[in-house]
Amino acid sequence: MIDAGYSLAQIAVIAGVTALIRFLPFLVFHKGTPKAVLYLGEVLPYAIIGMLVVYCLKNVSFISGTHGIPEGLSVLLVVLLHRWRHNTLLSIAGGTVCYMVLVQAVF
Amino acid sequence: MKHNSTLRFAFTATLPVMAGYIVLGIGFGVLLQDKGYAWWWATLMSLTIYAGSMQYVAVDLLAGGASLIATALMTVMVNLRHLFYGITMLTKYNKAGKKKPYLIFALTDETYSLVCAPQLPDGIDEHRYYFYASLLNQCYWVIGSTIGAAAGSALSFNSTGIDFSMTALFVVIFVEQWEKSRRHLPALSGIVISIACRLLFGVDSFLIPAMAGITAAMFLEKRWLKPEDEAKTTDEMKMTDKAKTTDEAKMTDEAKKADKVKTTDEVKTMNKGGSGS
Repeated sequence: MIDAGYSLAQIAVIAGVTALIRFLPFLVFHKGTPKAVLYLGEVLPYAIIGMLVVYCLKNVSFISGTHGIPEGLSVLLVVLLHRWRHNTLLSIAGGTVCYMVLVQAVF
Repeated sequence: MKHNSTLRFAFTATLPVMAGYIVLGIGFGVLLQDKGYAWWWATLMSLTIYAGSMQYVAVDLLAGGASLIATALMTVMVNLRHLFYGITMLTKYNKAGKKKPYLIFALTDETYSLVCAPQLPDGIDEHRYYFYASLLNQCYWVIGSTIGAAAGSALSFNSTGIDFSMTALFVVIFVEQWEKSRRHLPALSGIVISIACRLLFGVDSFLIPAMAGITAAMFLEKRWLKPEDEAKTTDEMKMTDKAKTTDEAKMTDEAKKADKVKTTDEVKTMNKGGSGS
């Protein structure tokens, strides 16, 4: 049923486009980087990690389902654990276990 | 000895990603084999594409026989955020020598979060750390997706919610960056603009407006600084551009710290006097 040749072509397109996006900044700014781009490179990490947090939680709805309560509580726990012990593994494991219990057993 | 300690440090740093990637990889493998693909298709895709969320989308594209143009457009939409990662890593990766192509190829969300602002102890080789972290992460992803595709529906562990480990990882990095920087405006902009765009544009199409909004906000925030500060920043960047001695680097760091303190104070003053938003 599977058209292996066509599937391979699709995979090649996805792999090619993904690699192109990742390499593009390095190809475009091969000879010297404009100051504006260097400035972006300096401040963007802070903004992008914030964006990734929102991206991970993009399916949360506050007006339906569980109203984002499991997500909110678990994120809060991660923040508190991390401010308390500064142990990455503890913060992540604690938050994840909390979330799994909340979505599997509580809500 | 140095190799080993760097590898050990990278391994510890990637442990949270290991948990997330193996589980998410298994999820991807299970989905793909469910559409009738043999196990090695998952391995092949994880080796060549290596982009988590895109591979989930790809399952539908492959199974539905989407056109190559639609496939390419979808890839751009889902992965465009990776442009930002390259821009951030330009200076660091340009000095990575032979490792550079692989480092760029393997720059996923999670790898980016481990390399964008690492706190490396003494004796850890920076570029070797980037390389090990990137390679280990891809190994986890390949192993996870292969297990998922090979074992398929035989897996019956109730793992609902375990993918929260990714969210938790990003939250932890957010907290660490927050504590390290005295200027919180970029971090806050990232959160606020992304939420606003998510509400305005919906789940499937908010990333690109959010990226545009964040870029604009970064430049607006730069304008906000006083001209003398801006001049300083420009000088620092010129210095960063050139090859510099350790002493110069130290000086730049100190200058930066002083600059950041100043900026925070200014921002505080502005917030007090301003709308208080």
